[in-house]
Amino acid sequence: MHINPRLEEAVVKVLLWLFTLITVFVLFFIIFYILKHGLPVVNYQFLTTDPMDMGKSGGIYTTIIGTIALTLVAILIATPLGIGTAIYLTEYTRENKITKIIRFGSECLAGIPSIIFGLFGFILFVTKLKMGWSILSGSLTLAFMILPTIIRTSEEAIKSVPYNFREVSYSLGSTQWQTVIKVVLPSALPGILTGVILSVGRSIGETAAVIFTAGSALRLPTSLFSSSRTMAVHFYIMAREGISMPNAYGTAAVLIITILIINIVAYRLMHKFIKKYS
Amino acid sequence: MTRLERNERLIKIALLVIACSAVSILAVITIFIFSEGTPIMFKYGFKSFLLGLDWYPSEQSFGLLPMIIGSVMVTLGSLIVGVPFGLACAIFLTEFSSRRLRHILKPIIELLAGIPSVVYGFIGVVILVPFIRENFGGPGLSVLAASIILGIMILPTIISISIDSLQAVPRSYREGSIALGATKWQTTKMVTLKAARSGIIASIILGMGRAIGETMAVIMIAGNAINIPHSVLDPVRTLTSNIALEMGYASGEHREALFATGVILFVIIMVLNTLANLTSAKRKA
Repeated sequence: MHINPRLEEAVVKVLLWLFTLITVFVLFFIIFYILKHGLPVVNYQFLTTDPMDMGKSGGIYTTIIGTIALTLVAILIATPLGIGTAIYLTEYTRENKITKIIRFGSECLAGIPSIIFGLFGFILFVTKLKMGWSILSGSLTLAFMILPTIIRTSEEAIKSVPYNFREVSYSLGSTQWQTVIKVVLPSALPGILTGVILSVGRSIGETAAVIFTAGSALRLPTSLFSSSRTMAVHFYIMAREGISMPNAYGTAAVLIITILIINIVAYRLMHKFIKKYS
Repeated sequence: MTRLERNERLIKIALLVIACSAVSILAVITIFIFSEGTPIMFKYGFKSFLLGLDWYPSEQSFGLLPMIIGSVMVTLGSLIVGVPFGLACAIFLTEFSSRRLRHILKPIIELLAGIPSVVYGFIGVVILVPFIRENFGGPGLSVLAASIILGIMILPTIISISIDSLQAVPRSYREGSIALGATKWQTTKMVTLKAARSGIIASIILGMGRAIGETMAVIMIAGNAINIPHSVLDPVRTLTSNIALEMGYASGEHREALFATGVILFVIIMVLNTLANLTSAKRKA
C-alpha cells in the first residue's frame, strides 16, 4: 500500500499536536481542579490554626510545621553529603573503578521506590535504633532518598564551571581545597541550589517514605524525637478515610502551590546558571 | 610534609569517605531488606511465595502471585497509556514545534513531575473512578483507573529523557535525510528515531520502574482486592500496596512476609535499572 508522504506528514503532524495538547491539558486540568475546589478553603486562619477532630475542622498549622521541620533536617543531612560526593567525583579524582561504583550506587539509589525507603527507615531507624516514629527517623529516610538528586545536580554544576577559573586560582598559589572553596563552589552555587530546591519539592510531596518513619501525630512537634505529620500525609489520610473533603482539597491546594513555586524558582535559577556559562 | 599539605590530604580522604555515602546507603538498604525478607522465603520456599495464590498472613499462607500479576498489569497498562503520549510529545517538541513553543511547553510538562503522587491518586478517586464506574461498570477502583493515572505519572520521565536523546542526534543526520528528499516525518521515522532508539528505550524502562514502584496513588485507586483480575475493570492489589496497607499493624512472620514482598519489588527494580543503564551505556559507546 502506498501512502502519499505529504498526506502522511500532515496526518502525523495533527496527531502529534493532538497528543501534546491532551498532555498539557491534563496537567492544567489537575492543577486547576485542585485549586478550584481547594482555594476557597484556604485563608489565613486555615494556615495558622491547629487541626481539630482529626482534621475534620480547624486548619493545618501543625502539618505545615511538621513538613518544614522534616524537610529542613533532611536537607541539612543530605546537602553536605551530596556536595562532598560531587566535589570528590569532579575535582579530586579521574574516572576510574571507584567513581564508576559511586555513580552506579547513586543511580541505583535514585531508582529505588519510596515505599522501599519507608520500609527500610521503619526497620532501621524506628525499630532497630529505637528512634520511634519521629522527625529524625523521617528526615534520615528522606535524606537518603534525595541524596542522588543532590549529587547529580551538584556534579553537573561543578563540571560546568570553566576550567580556567581553577587555573587562575592555582597560578595565584592556592591549594586544591582553597580553589574548591573560594572559586569552584561559589561559581557553581546557583546550580547546586537548583538541586537542593528540587529536593525540597520532592520531600514536601513525599508520602510513602514518611508515613512509616515520621508517623502521623497531629500534635505540634517539640523535638527531633516527636512524631509529626506532614501536609502530604495529612492530605492522604483525610482523602483516604474521607474525614473532610473540603479540608483535603484545601491541604492539596497548599501542597500544590508550594511545590509549584519551589519548582518554578528552581527552574529559573537553573536557566540563569546555564546562560551564564554557555 | 607541611601543615598545608597534610590538611589537603586529610580533606581528600574525608571527601572520599563522603563520596562513598551513596553506595554505603544502597548497601545498607539492600542488606536490611534482604536480611529481613529472605529467611521467611527460605522457610516456606520461594515457590510458595512466587506462585502461591492465597495471602492469609494469619494462617501462614503468603502467596504473592496475585500481587505480582497486579503489579505487572498496572505497569503494562501505564505503558500503554504513557508511551504513545510521551513519545508523541517528545517527537512533537523536538522535531515539529517552533523553538518558542518548546521553551514554553517543556518546562510545563516537567512540572508534571513535581505534583505529589497522593494528588494524582486523589484526582483518580474523585474523577476517574466514578467515571469508570458509571460508564463501564464494575467498582471503578480498577486496573484501568490505576493504569491511566500511572500512565500520566510516568509521562514526565518518558518525555524528558526522550527529548534529551532526540536532541542528542546530530543535525547532520536530519539534513542528510532532508537533502535526499525525505519529508520531515520520514526523516523522524527512519533516521532520528532510529538514532535515538536506545535513549528512548531507557526512558521507557525508567518510566516502568517508576510505575511499578509507585505506592500511594495506586493504593487510592486500584481497589486493593487480593485476586487475579479477569478484566481491566476488576480491582487489583500491587506489591507496593501490599506493603503499605499492612505495614502499620503487621508483626512477626506477617511483617517478615511484607519484607519478602519488598525483596521481590527490589529485585524487579534493580533488574530494570540495570537494563536502563545498559541501554544508555550502549548509546554512549
